[in-house]
Amino acid sequence: MSSKHYSLFSLLRETLRGNTGWKPAWRKASPQSSYDVVIVGGGGHGLATAYYLAKRYGMRRIAVVEKGWIGGGNVGRNTTIVRSNYLLPGNVPFYECAMKLWEGLEQDINYNAMVSQRGILNLFHNDAQRNAYIRRGNSMRLHGVDADILDAAAVREKLPFLNFDNARFPIQGGLLQQRGGTVRHDAVAWGYARAADQLGVDIIENCEVTGIRIENGRTTGVETSRGFIGAGKVGLACAGNSSRVAAMAGLRLPIESHVLQAFVSEGLKPFIDCVVTFGAGHFYVSQSDKGGLVFGGDIDGYNSYAQRGNLPVVEDVISGGMALMPRIGRVRLLRHWGGLMDMSMDGSPIIDKTPVEQLYLNAGWCYGGFKATPASGLCFAHLLARDEPHEVATAFRLDRFGRGAVIDEKGMGAQPNLH
Amino acid sequence: MNTPSKLSPPKRTRANGVDTSKALTFTFDGRAYTAYEGDTLASALLANNVRLTGRSFKYHRPRGILSAGPEEPNALMELRTGARREPNSRATVTEVFHGLSAASQNRWPSLAFDALGVNGLLSPVFTAGFYYKTFMWPACFWEKVYEPMIRNAAGLGRAAKEADPDHYEQANAFCDVLVVGSGPAGLAAALSAAETGARVILCEQDYLTGGRLRAENITLDNKPAWQWGEEVTARLRAMPNVRLMTRSCVFGRYDGGTFGVIERVADHLPQPEENQPRQRYWRIVAKQCVVATGAIERPVVFPNNDRPGVMLAGSVRTYINRYGVAPGRKAVIYTNNDDGLRTVTDLYQAGADIVAIVDARPVPSPLAQSLAQQTGAFLFPGGRISNTLGRLGVAAAVIGNKAGKDQRFACDLIAVSGGWNPDLALTTHHGTRPVYNEQIAAFVPSIKAHDLHIAGMVAGTLTTRDTLHEGAEAGRKAAAACGFDSAGTTELPSAGVDETYAIHPTWSGIDQTAPQKAGKAFIDFQNDVTAKDVKQAAQEGFRSVEHLKRYTTLGMATDQGKTSNVNALAMLAEFTDRTIPETGTTLIRPPAQPVTLGAIAGPNREKHFKPTRLPPTHQWATEQNAVFTSNGLWQRAQWYPRAGETHWLETVNREVNTVRNAVGFCDVTTLGKIDIQGPDAASFLEKLYVNAWQKLAVGRARYGLMLREDGFAFDDGTTARLSPTHYVMTTTTANAGPAMQHLEFCHQVLWPELDVQFISVTDEWAQIAVAGPNSREVIRQLIDPAFDISNEAFGYMAAAEITICGGQQARLFRLSFSGELAYELAVPARFGDALARRLMEVGAPYGIAPYGTEALGVMRIEKGHPAGPELNGQTTAHDLGMGRMLSSKKEFIGKAMAARPALTDPRRPTLVGLRPVVATDALVAGSHLLPKGSPASAEYDQGWISSSAWSPTCNSWIALGFLSEGPSRHGEIIAVHNPLSGTVTEAEIVSPVFVDPEGKRLHA
Amino acid sequence: MRITCPHCGSRGLEEFTYRGDATVRRPAPDAPHDAWVDYVYLRDNPAGLHKELWYHGNGCRSWIVAERNTITHEIHSTRLATEALSEEKSGS
Repeated sequence: MSSKHYSLFSLLRETLRGNTGWKPAWRKASPQSSYDVVIVGGGGHGLATAYYLAKRYGMRRIAVVEKGWIGGGNVGRNTTIVRSNYLLPGNVPFYECAMKLWEGLEQDINYNAMVSQRGILNLFHNDAQRNAYIRRGNSMRLHGVDADILDAAAVREKLPFLNFDNARFPIQGGLLQQRGGTVRHDAVAWGYARAADQLGVDIIENCEVTGIRIENGRTTGVETSRGFIGAGKVGLACAGNSSRVAAMAGLRLPIESHVLQAFVSEGLKPFIDCVVTFGAGHFYVSQSDKGGLVFGGDIDGYNSYAQRGNLPVVEDVISGGMALMPRIGRVRLLRHWGGLMDMSMDGSPIIDKTPVEQLYLNAGWCYGGFKATPASGLCFAHLLARDEPHEVATAFRLDRFGRGAVIDEKGMGAQPNLH
Repeated sequence: MNTPSKLSPPKRTRANGVDTSKALTFTFDGRAYTAYEGDTLASALLANNVRLTGRSFKYHRPRGILSAGPEEPNALMELRTGARREPNSRATVTEVFHGLSAASQNRWPSLAFDALGVNGLLSPVFTAGFYYKTFMWPACFWEKVYEPMIRNAAGLGRAAKEADPDHYEQANAFCDVLVVGSGPAGLAAALSAAETGARVILCEQDYLTGGRLRAENITLDNKPAWQWGEEVTARLRAMPNVRLMTRSCVFGRYDGGTFGVIERVADHLPQPEENQPRQRYWRIVAKQCVVATGAIERPVVFPNNDRPGVMLAGSVRTYINRYGVAPGRKAVIYTNNDDGLRTVTDLYQAGADIVAIVDARPVPSPLAQSLAQQTGAFLFPGGRISNTLGRLGVAAAVIGNKAGKDQRFACDLIAVSGGWNPDLALTTHHGTRPVYNEQIAAFVPSIKAHDLHIAGMVAGTLTTRDTLHEGAEAGRKAAAACGFDSAGTTELPSAGVDETYAIHPTWSGIDQTAPQKAGKAFIDFQNDVTAKDVKQAAQEGFRSVEHLKRYTTLGMATDQGKTSNVNALAMLAEFTDRTIPETGTTLIRPPAQPVTLGAIAGPNREKHFKPTRLPPTHQWATEQNAVFTSNGLWQRAQWYPRAGETHWLETVNREVNTVRNAVGFCDVTTLGKIDIQGPDAASFLEKLYVNAWQKLAVGRARYGLMLREDGFAFDDGTTARLSPTHYVMTTTTANAGPAMQHLEFCHQVLWPELDVQFISVTDEWAQIAVAGPNSREVIRQLIDPAFDISNEAFGYMAAAEITICGGQQARLFRLSFSGELAYELAVPARFGDALARRLMEVGAPYGIAPYGTEALGVMRIEKGHPAGPELNGQTTAHDLGMGRMLSSKKEFIGKAMAARPALTDPRRPTLVGLRPVVATDALVAGSHLLPKGSPASAEYDQGWISSSAWSPTCNSWIALGFLSEGPSRHGEIIAVHNPLSGTVTEAEIVSPVFVDPEGKRLHA
Repeated sequence: MRITCPHCGSRGLEEFTYRGDATVRRPAPDAPHDAWVDYVYLRDNPAGLHKELWYHGNGCRSWIVAERNTITHEIHSTRLATEALSEEKSGS
């Protein structure tokens, strides 16, 4: 008997027989001639979409096509933070839906993605920032989301090693969402893939979409490096590559692709318990269960498909870290890398139909896609199955730019690199 | 095992990199040892017979020194103590200085006895991906039980607890040719490039140049090879066009020929010398780069291959030849190539017994045979090491012969060579994957870039002679690409012997017919990833190298897989029946070696994290005991406390009352000021602002609102017309920079045909607001008599260029943010301080007092003027109550998009004033506005408070906020919800202008 | 990254501010709504050569049109925006 379901029993049994009975987490599927739904993009969002389509919407003939290996995009490149501390009514219920799904994820998919609700603390350093965070925290509370305002003394008690006494921009306090935290990012992709696979979803790796076949204004399938795959519906979940794939259907999107760098230090004995964001610079940090400081900051700020960035942002981020935590001076940077952000024009995502029939779009996640993964999957599955938006994603429409109903959390306007 | 041997430490013979006349003392785990100048911590520990240096991450296995370079996965230490404590430092690249204290890490209670060594017993459970399959029951246990347990065991060294006391510098350098690495290829490259006259920078991460020339017992021109290296180094140092940087690691290749470099200025000293940084971070911009970074030897994977005493063969030779230390007395050599066999001779000459030579190659090697004869060693052609024994270090090797029969040999050193991997990190930083070269069984760079040349071992060239020629050629080509042609060719030395490599790719000594039999065979030493883990990952479908890495954590430790990645993917290929090229390899990300965060941040930390801008009256305000606040980069006086005032609010109330009843002044220099001139200046303003400008008379100012092109409010301020073609615009403090950029965009990109010029004069003019009923009298004391500032001659919104104090140039604007009769007086910045002092003097009879940003803020709320919290990028002109300002008669930025339905929806939250029903009920900015009596739920949310203050003028709390259909709801009582503090209060919706709504005061 | 400013020569990335696609053209004031939505919001966002606007804010304050490859970050050309646009208008 093979060990398909993960349990204490299967773990013990495999220990006793030298771990020889574990089965592949997902089958290496080959494309069939057609499916009811083809999801383009085997990242977190695409895999979650496939899972919820099968699990909650009872669809069966589903394929996820991925040009490389699954989880190779942003779900495997981010800084693992989950939170629902948003301000605007178009966003809060959606991210809170994601947070609730995170909270039950492991039992749902039988995979330990190490959802760790260690809290996320946004520091503020002046009165205007404090007021903006109070507005945001109150918005969260009114939406039934947990939020607390801490004063400087409370922050100090929680994180005594921050720079309180010699700072250019002294810490005044912070907005805490205790239910926020981190999730082991790769495991999200693998866990959804495994769970979707067990429900019959074909996960087809090394299968690059090269065209979208449209007949009489209607999508009939995708051309791929492994041949044509017919589809009743095609859902795009391509993150940083959204514009490239949408262009195959003749669409221009309100999106620019930008590079966001992420950083990890050498492993250290844990001393940072929660996620902390610096309010006077571009820096946020958490410490992984292996002991590495996982941190990041702002996007580099220019269009890029290169998955790597440049030194000015490296310096900017690390000086933010030193300003906030001068004890890390002798800690070493181990690795830094970049991911492609599908930066939308208002900083908020799009989950909607497109002008091409049977072609659906899930894009514009900016640098916030990871935390959204379960809700993005659920809402995209809902849209694909029902042809109408899920109730927590009604604001994420493509026509909102024309109407002016933008969801601009930062108030930066149509300038993607400023969101 | 950490007890020094009873024998005295071996004599240092032949040490080409150590000065045995200079002894130093250092401590390891509290015990003192002797080293010599030139020693690394690793060489010194080996010389003192210390073999056990650390514990592994997961199983806490005893570990020793594996390598002699930056690739070291095992010998990681905490160096120094207190605020300078430095975790995870590799003993193999740490220079010993007198008094250095080093400590092992990740062990408790001691290195020799580590309680968490029990993890090894659980290893059948702790296999690849173990975490993902368990710890899920019950759900709430993850944060409370399992994860704290895991975190308790996590990490290696400890970060310092105090702020880093050292200083770091940032520097820039530019050159024609950057050469990375000073082994034979790098030295030859630097020399040949420098001889053309090109500006050359040679970076060497080590503290000595020479690379493998120091590690091998070879000759060049019949002299020890390292001597040639020293001669070339001396020549390079003497050349004016060469900068030779040792202790300088090129950690990354970035765009446009930019390289990141860390120079370890004082890591080898107890403390940096006076006025010297600890490290220096360089951005080197090079037109051409020669990568001559050499190669890293890889171990062979065999059961219990991690015991202290198992060492890379090339590193054994480094310790012998460079440091004069033989890492063992009874050695077994395990190799699959001729290079590894050099170790036999070097060890033998250093006085060690060669117990056995295990030559993994299937075809018997005559060289091995003759070496075995010479040294009296057993030879095992086609053999393998099938196990090792020993508690805290190798005591014996179990060697299997070609037929599979095992035999046990006592030994204290196993020198292994699985072949050499080019150290090609810098060639992959731009995303170019290396390719597999069958001949040398390794990945070599595939990058083709016009500005990158690859030479020596990193290119897969493994003999000294070829390496030298390749280096010289690369240097010449790089210089030529910069326009430097060499007439002659660089003279290269002749190599003494013909070196051979003859590798046969054997990756493991595991008996695949009975893999369970022996112990763990490690691939990634630091993260404890074994061959079995790789096999299991493959079985579970993690067959992509990227999946393998992420699933097993292979190559993710501090060494980033320098010794493990290629072995791992070779074994993955084996387990999945693919070739190595089919299996592929991962990309190496920067930094090439771990770099110090403090160095990258440089001086930008603590108080110097960002520059500080000081307005012209700062010094004066300091003398007045002002309390300062940051406003972006500016430091501004927040209030001016007086003796006897016990609370800041008391001070602010007094300042407000002073302005409302007498006169006050406030430095407003920080507002952006843009001087705009030209025949089309008025047309330009028409396009920038929503309201009309053509008809603004000379000598008048006007309030203007700018939108972004998406129709939302961008910035506001007043602009004055000083002559028909000359305007002075003010912007908000926060938007001074962005507004300037916006104007430049509009002019250069949208309307280049407009004949207009402009420049930011924010720093050129000091500007002080003088406000209050007595302000005119105070201004009269300063202004030269020729100028009439009576209300009739110089009414509200007048503007003029004037002189004050007997001919000093100045500008006067009758503007009011406070709502009082008020002026803004601008003088050249250098007179700002004097102006403040003069105002205090001449204003004294009128009751003048300075006021800070807090009082400024209170008064602007009292007058209902929007500021930063209202102009937050999410509001429209309509939201701000300025919808009617939008001109229908002209074109302007944002006009088209402002007409979209969602921006003109009357239900949008719009600016209102709020006054609490109980005057002393604080209104908190950030509170939300809900209809009275409705539940505290988002569906009833109708708006929020953006700004609030205690108004001493109204004797009540007041606030500005945005409320759906607000202007039609004046008089309604609304509930103010602040769930964060658990309060709900009631407030009346009122006009946002609380004080003097008719504007009598400002027109007075 | 280094950008060659036509006035100042080769300068580091940190001196510049990015704006984005340089090929979009502001519509006439009376252009249809869709033209405005296109201008403000829709982008080709190509993988490969991209004409884009940079502002040399920490230098000469010029707006520059750079042709840059978004896959390799290599910059193929830089011109002053004023010159590039006036040529476009004159049709050359």
